[in-house]
Amino acid sequence: MSGISKAFRGVQALKGVDFTVRAGEIHALMGENGAGKSTLIKVLTGVHPRDCGEVLLAGQSVSPQAPREAEELGISTVYQEINLIPELSVAENIMLGRQPRRFGFIDWKELHARARRALQRLEIDLNLHLSVSSCSLALQQMVAIARALDVNAKLLILDEPTSSLDEHEVAELFKVMRRLREQGLGLVFVTHFMDQVYAVSDRITVLRNGELVGEFKTAELPKLQLVGKMLGRELSAVEKVGDTMTLSADENTTRDPFLAAKQLGRKGGVEPLDLEIRKGEVVGLAGLLGSGRTETARLLFGADRRTSGSITLDGRAAALSSPAKAIGAGIAFCSEDRKSEGIVPSLSVRENIILAMQAGRGILRLLPRRKQEELAAHYINALRIKTPSPETPIQNLSGGNQQKVLLARWLCLQPKLIILDEPTRGIDVGAKAEIEKLVDSLRREGMAILFISSELEEVVRASQRVLVLRDRKKVGELSGEQINEDRIMEMIASHE
Amino acid sequence: MNSASSTFISRFLQSRIVWPLAGLALLLLFNLIFDRAFFEVTTRDGNFYGPMLTVMRLSVVVMLLAMGMTLVIATGGVDLSVGSVMAIVGTLVAFLAVKHHLGFPSLLGVAISVSLSIGAFNGVLISCVGIQPIVVTLIMMVLGRGVALNITGGSPLQVMDSGVLFLGKSFIMGVPVQIFLVLFVFAITVMLCRKTAIGLFVEAVGDNETASRLSGVNARGIKVLVYIFSAVCAALAALVSIGDAGSVDPDGLGQMLELDAITAVVVGGTVLTGGRFTLLGSLIGALLIQTLATTLIRQGMDSAYAPVPKALVILVVCLLQSQKFRAQIASLIGNFRKPTS
Repeated sequence: MSGISKAFRGVQALKGVDFTVRAGEIHALMGENGAGKSTLIKVLTGVHPRDCGEVLLAGQSVSPQAPREAEELGISTVYQEINLIPELSVAENIMLGRQPRRFGFIDWKELHARARRALQRLEIDLNLHLSVSSCSLALQQMVAIARALDVNAKLLILDEPTSSLDEHEVAELFKVMRRLREQGLGLVFVTHFMDQVYAVSDRITVLRNGELVGEFKTAELPKLQLVGKMLGRELSAVEKVGDTMTLSADENTTRDPFLAAKQLGRKGGVEPLDLEIRKGEVVGLAGLLGSGRTETARLLFGADRRTSGSITLDGRAAALSSPAKAIGAGIAFCSEDRKSEGIVPSLSVRENIILAMQAGRGILRLLPRRKQEELAAHYINALRIKTPSPETPIQNLSGGNQQKVLLARWLCLQPKLIILDEPTRGIDVGAKAEIEKLVDSLRREGMAILFISSELEEVVRASQRVLVLRDRKKVGELSGEQINEDRIMEMIASHE
Repeated sequence: MNSASSTFISRFLQSRIVWPLAGLALLLLFNLIFDRAFFEVTTRDGNFYGPMLTVMRLSVVVMLLAMGMTLVIATGGVDLSVGSVMAIVGTLVAFLAVKHHLGFPSLLGVAISVSLSIGAFNGVLISCVGIQPIVVTLIMMVLGRGVALNITGGSPLQVMDSGVLFLGKSFIMGVPVQIFLVLFVFAITVMLCRKTAIGLFVEAVGDNETASRLSGVNARGIKVLVYIFSAVCAALAALVSIGDAGSVDPDGLGQMLELDAITAVVVGGTVLTGGRFTLLGSLIGALLIQTLATTLIRQGMDSAYAPVPKALVILVVCLLQSQKFRAQIASLIGNFRKPTS
């Protein structure tokens, strides 16, 4: 593929990206959220038409208009969510949509023979008559691959194939991937897991903000540089890998923590980790996408149930089994997914602001209308929310202003701890600066803050202490003067 | 002064009840031109009679159902079981009055508690077990009809209780008691929704359930509540309905009324996907449907064909409510005008 561009409603998702996959290699496609990985794949598979550029397949110029056409050309894709029909058998799933027919009826004998051949190609032994729902996730993944691989497949795209697999299952999948590579297939491997990229891929292409950063041989690109390329920062001193990752004692450690979590974890979410947040302290959570930042936040807020560990608030054990209970205990959570977990779109700015407070008061004690209007007016003024009126539906506001309304929703509760998950995502630079300033002033007032952002620069500026996560594990902690972007990147990249 | 009144008018024009009101006004205008007798009111024994009063009287049952249905739909659900709840409650009340000579207070108690438990059953299955509302209430619709038929073995019953008959047949100050009842229920519902936080929570849950739950709203509780309320409204509708008719047919009572109630809510301006709701709109919607039906019959339309124009009017009102459709029409008219100007 060369010079691929694609814009959606004025937003440039891809800017002249080149991407080359050779036959018989596993090529990892990497980049942070919004880098353009999925757009590139969708252009390749004909889901989106490209704006300009060219796609060559085995020397021939192709432009598939639909996934079906791409498949016929030999480009097969296995998507992140496994698109199988759970109640049908393995064989039926593999042959779905292209069942061989005889006299208009399905030719079951031929169907099973072809399904068996497809599985043999992956060298897996599996009972064709089992229903897919009774197979493990890894096997389901294999069935999906078998289905995607038509006889004439030349290129196989695997979009986040390992996100729901455990270590053993990942190893199984890698075996199959290597086998296909030996058969001369080109494989594109999209993932967030760095270790997996180094375990299986031959080459890496990195995208950032819709632009090509470069193509590298995996063996020649140290992890640390890869992280730097994904995040768009060159390391000032690349070679100085961590001599001290220990916590230096500063004045903060003497203060009692507001929240202390011990061995907090959730199966399939995050591995057990310890976490402390003190009053008047901003703790940053750093890590790449999918490293377990949001998962940790959701455990603290009771949005997901923890399967291990305990939490104490002000020294007392707290259950925090639901958001309502967490809110009652003085915890607020500003979700990263503003649209589906934050705003109530058709309700007014005023109603969105008072929602959490009203929920705390219950059904009967309705906040008097005048009080509601006062609160709305206060926060519209204090946070400089740009809205025509407090009665405007929140969906009519810009992203940054919606975010401020959500902050107002939590601030009016005067929480003791506020968790900000990507509070600056998708908002303009001015609003970003305002939110950072707000975070600092809240800290000075003595609030405890857990700050999550994929922009390292922001985390470094805002935090007194930083927890670094990688692959759903806590890999280290920095505090005070130790905090800088290089250090964090080193920790993200370092081996155990 | 001027600006205040203009914002009032513009707010009115933007509100949801404009289109159903416009539809109702159009129908009344039609009658004013072609059928003056529609507006005639006569008095007999000091009570008012006439086509208009009949329309109101006939819409009371659907109005009551629509009150409950509005809240259910606002949470993004639907309640198909209200017709069958009517059948169970109506049959049971008539049966207990005839066979066990229960008085009106105990009959009312039975009606409320039976409907309460059916509503709670619906609500718990939907919000705690997580089955789709349409599935749960469809099951209840089929099951409830069977239960109602079983109470009497399928045979119709006379309504003997004077309290129930009073609700259905009597007049206060010349106006049917049912109309007072529906106004009372309307007032109570509006108070419940707007003077407590129920209205806010219902709209929040219907609009974005995840965000509401993460804000601490007890989304499950709210959902159970609206299904209970819907069933209780159905019980009141049953009492009015059997009191008015003077008899109960377990097979026919409430039959298909769930669809009329849903139609009234949708025509009234509450969208099926949930969120903002308007109780007044639903009342107007119910009135609109009944006015239309009566008008068609008075125009000599065979009642077998009446559903066709009814469906058309509902379609038009719903299309007018859609902003997208209005914008398309506006641009179409705009295109039409351009060449001439």
